[in-house]
Amino acid sequence: MTVKYTKDHEWVDAAGGGNAPVTVGITVHAQDALGDVVFVDLPEVGKTFAQGEVAGVVESVKAAADVFMPVSGEVTEVNEALRADPALANSDPLGAGWFFKVKLADALQLDALMDATTYDKFSSEA
Amino acid sequence: MAAAQSDATDALLKTPLHDLHVELGARMVPFAGCSMPVQYPTGLVAEHKHTRRAAGLFDISHMGQLRLVGPDAAAAFETLMPVDVIGLAPGKQRYGLLLDDEGGILDDLMFFNEGHDSIFVIVNGACKAADLAHLQQKIGSRCEVQALPDRALLALQGPQAAATMARLCPGIERFLFMTGGAVLIDNGNGNGGGPQIPAFVTRSGYTGEDGFEISVAAGDADALARLLLAQPEVKPIGLGARNSLRLEAGLCLYGSDIDTTTTPVEASLNWAIQKVRRTGGARQGGFPGADKVLAQLTASAGAAGHTDHATLKRRRVGLVALERIPVRDGTLLESFEGGLAIGQVTSGLPGPTAERPIAMAYVALAYAAPGTRIQAIVRGKAVPMEVTTLPFVPTHYFRG
Repeated sequence: MTVKYTKDHEWVDAAGGGNAPVTVGITVHAQDALGDVVFVDLPEVGKTFAQGEVAGVVESVKAAADVFMPVSGEVTEVNEALRADPALANSDPLGAGWFFKVKLADALQLDALMDATTYDKFSSEA
Repeated sequence: MAAAQSDATDALLKTPLHDLHVELGARMVPFAGCSMPVQYPTGLVAEHKHTRRAAGLFDISHMGQLRLVGPDAAAAFETLMPVDVIGLAPGKQRYGLLLDDEGGILDDLMFFNEGHDSIFVIVNGACKAADLAHLQQKIGSRCEVQALPDRALLALQGPQAAATMARLCPGIERFLFMTGGAVLIDNGNGNGGGPQIPAFVTRSGYTGEDGFEISVAAGDADALARLLLAQPEVKPIGLGARNSLRLEAGLCLYGSDIDTTTTPVEASLNWAIQKVRRTGGARQGGFPGADKVLAQLTASAGAAGHTDHATLKRRRVGLVALERIPVRDGTLLESFEGGLAIGQVTSGLPGPTAERPIAMAYVALAYAAPGTRIQAIVRGKAVPMEVTTLPFVPTHYFRG
């Protein structure tokens, strides 16, 4: 599997391989904890972030949560469909509810993230 | 993402409905020292909308219930609040505010004249211990202050709540808003021959909808909750939706929108101060902080443009966002032009029924008039907002 996970409950999909940008979204666990998502704030395309920086915000009626940049790099695309219909983060968090794409600065950062099995264990204990 | 949920519920108190909440799949969180359901599996927005459309059942057993008893109870209680207690007729309920010597709000509460020199009081969960101590110290020599820890409190709220209650307790639908009394609720599926649950019911609540608050013995709470949940229009509702419902209804949450740093007039709760306690009234003043509160009341009543800004510096207002960005508790507010700091949001969220971000805030008096354009600073960005009248959605209290 090419999908990796962060302790902040983002997923990173490197399905494109090679130099292709990776796709970032929030996990099933994250959207479940937040409840109905009503607003997302997405980063500017072309902006560069360091790993761990706040790159976006996702808000439900109950709470606002930061979306952290899981890997250092430049934002190449954001999901305008999600901006228009934030509920996609609930209905299809791993698919149509993706947040943004990032051109990796350091592929090694990706390797250090959790795999699905490790993340499932982590999030069930969180 | 950072959406942590605490599991440290060991030292928390449990309401008599705790096992039922867990059985229903609720997400439990600590609130006012109690483990309370923040939401059930259907989720906050669905629960909110269900309450506005049908009937929602809330466990509010974390709140404090107490009784003031004795021939002098009403007069004594009146010395602690800017409210007409003596004049409240038997069978009626009223909103009250316990004040400190500076006019700051120690707690907000509901009180009910039970007749026979007895006043039934419901206070906030987080304040109940301090309230009891305060009442005991201030008026304990004039009346008996009785805590009622063995009682649970349920609320049934929504446009279908009256039909639900009438099915189980015929005649109850005749109670008007802010009235009530002792009733028997039929737990025999409406055939009249079943076991009866004695309850003390008022037609009130904290959602802006018609509804009831139902006080029962702790031992009867589970049976009553299951009976109500067995009614087709009733669903369980958590604290999350209780918060969004009360905010849409323009109602204050103690600890967020009001506390000891706010006075009743700053909090725009002038309506809670009856004429008889105001300057020129038959029993004017005579409550803690009266000089300050009554001066502020006079200042707030000044004709437009002639308000006394020195006496009354800020007021609680409603705000609607003119963009889709939610504006939450703690957000700083600025004037629309010039960017002057003018206040702070005390409660804010995207209103599920209002269908836009709503907030309550304290703003400098010059910016408190409905229609005033201001801006909220959210993550460094200015979000335009407009001062609006409360409530954000129309209330549906049953006044007959």
